[in-house]
Amino acid sequence: MLSDRLEPLMEWLVRICGWSAIFFVIAIFLFVFREAAPAFFGKLNLWEFFTSTRWQPSSDARPEYGALALIIGSVTVSALAMLIAVPLGLGAAVYISEFCGPTLKEVLKITLELLAAIPSIVWGFIAYMLLAPILIKTTGAAVGVNLLNGGIILALMSLPLIISLGEDALKAVPDAYREAALALGASRWEIVYRVLFPAAKNGLLAAVLLGVGRALGETMAVLMATGHAVQIPRSLLDPVRTLTATIASELGESVAGGPHYRVLFVIGLVLFAVSFLINLIADLVIKGVRSEQT
Amino acid sequence: MKSRPGFDAPRKCFWLPVLTAIVVGCSRSTEGIISLRNEGSDTMVNLAQAWAEEYHRYRPTVKVQVLGGGTGVGIASLIDGNCDLANASRRMKPDELAAAEKNRGQSPKEYVVGYDALAVFVHPKNPLDRISLEELAEIYGEEGTITKWSELGVPQGTLGTDKIIRINRQSSSGTYAYFRETVLGKGKDLKLGSVDANGSKDAVNLVALTPAAIGYSGMGYVTENVKPLRVSKRRGGPAFLPSAENARSGDYPITRPLLIYTLGTPQGAAKEYLEWILSPAGQKVIYHLGYVPVAEYE
Repeated sequence: MLSDRLEPLMEWLVRICGWSAIFFVIAIFLFVFREAAPAFFGKLNLWEFFTSTRWQPSSDARPEYGALALIIGSVTVSALAMLIAVPLGLGAAVYISEFCGPTLKEVLKITLELLAAIPSIVWGFIAYMLLAPILIKTTGAAVGVNLLNGGIILALMSLPLIISLGEDALKAVPDAYREAALALGASRWEIVYRVLFPAAKNGLLAAVLLGVGRALGETMAVLMATGHAVQIPRSLLDPVRTLTATIASELGESVAGGPHYRVLFVIGLVLFAVSFLINLIADLVIKGVRSEQT
Repeated sequence: MKSRPGFDAPRKCFWLPVLTAIVVGCSRSTEGIISLRNEGSDTMVNLAQAWAEEYHRYRPTVKVQVLGGGTGVGIASLIDGNCDLANASRRMKPDELAAAEKNRGQSPKEYVVGYDALAVFVHPKNPLDRISLEELAEIYGEEGTITKWSELGVPQGTLGTDKIIRINRQSSSGTYAYFRETVLGKGKDLKLGSVDANGSKDAVNLVALTPAAIGYSGMGYVTENVKPLRVSKRRGGPAFLPSAENARSGDYPITRPLLIYTLGTPQGAAKEYLEWILSPAGQKVIYHLGYVPVAEYE
């Protein structure tokens, strides 16, 4: 009796929970857009924003909002992080899914969860206090907080995501594929390389894309690890500055409603658009997996 | 020198409305309490808040409401009669003084309540022990040409690299603006590509970890892990360490007075409050926050 009445109620409650996610995303987008919009009608020169490297928001003489160096900073740090994390992550995924025993598998998975649970600010401290002096000593870098430092830290931060999603993708490949390959006399390596990778390629690609999204959006750790310098890096050991870190360090003291404040929200919009695009592509790629398997 | 507790600028701005709400809320709910309005400089807002809290403990019948917003805002508020005491990290401009005379019929009275000296420091390994404002302009300024330690007479090889790593503050900080104005003058910009530390403590830490770095911060933040330089106005001129004495005497060239302005000679509670600020008890607060006291402190 009770459950008869409770059931529609619960259904509605769950429905609201589901819809709320959409509501929040739209609300956040509208908020960021509302705060950024006056910049488009005002003084912000979009050409300057995307092509100039001069970021002098608090200049007395002439404030300039050229975000090119920040965009390149974000792109290079994320690219370097992926260069490190993708081979390492996919390798680990293959090992966990195909090669290691059940006990070790459990241990590795728990360790990975721990790695994922380390707060961003702690990674920042590791970058700043531990990795920076090591980099100065081993590479002769002039300053330890730089592109390489940020890349390594971001790689470590996105590894758990890439490994667990990659492992899921490999696990989703039906055992019949493996058995068939074994029956044909393939070695284990040949199974991985010739059978599993092609079969799981969409899932693996999605894992990598979500890793990229994670790297682009990370803020606190890169703020501390990259050195926060407005310049286009000429080597791996140059400090850089990312879009996210710029918002984090400057929004607090910018005058609410002023041009600097608006431009920081424009940066927010750019980040929103890029992460939306990456997630969309990852989604479409995963959908590709499903339609292939049915 | 003592390290001062971590009051980071963005955080202070975040707390400001909260603190204000609390202070305003209290003064409304209690009867028979004298309320003083204290507004202005963001640099001094932590200090003003600490004074207000300490003073309330000493004299529970007086509540000091502290607002930030910047020196300009505080002075405008004083001219409009919206605050009793204006905090300022620069002197009032002639047109502001004229406006106060015209609007209120009283000329503002200035009190120097402390000093803030910016220390310039390098890694302890660095043999350099002095620097001039001219050289700092060449290092940090947009039109500056010094990029190598050897140009300052530091032998190559002592710091691992010859490149000067400029540690700066995020461009929205008051310390950044003050450093820029003192070293370069008005209307000039600092060279891009510096490593921008998020807070004075970070600037000190970064220099401590980076042999080829140079940085600056309020002298209260300096620790034994960095080496403060003696600073002179011109190359080869007399150079001074950032110390309380040198800041007070005006010898140290990157010193700014921390000021409080009142309209005319203050009366009653405002007068007592200012007297307390300049007393050993009030000056102890300024010492503990890492600024330079103007008078004896406990």
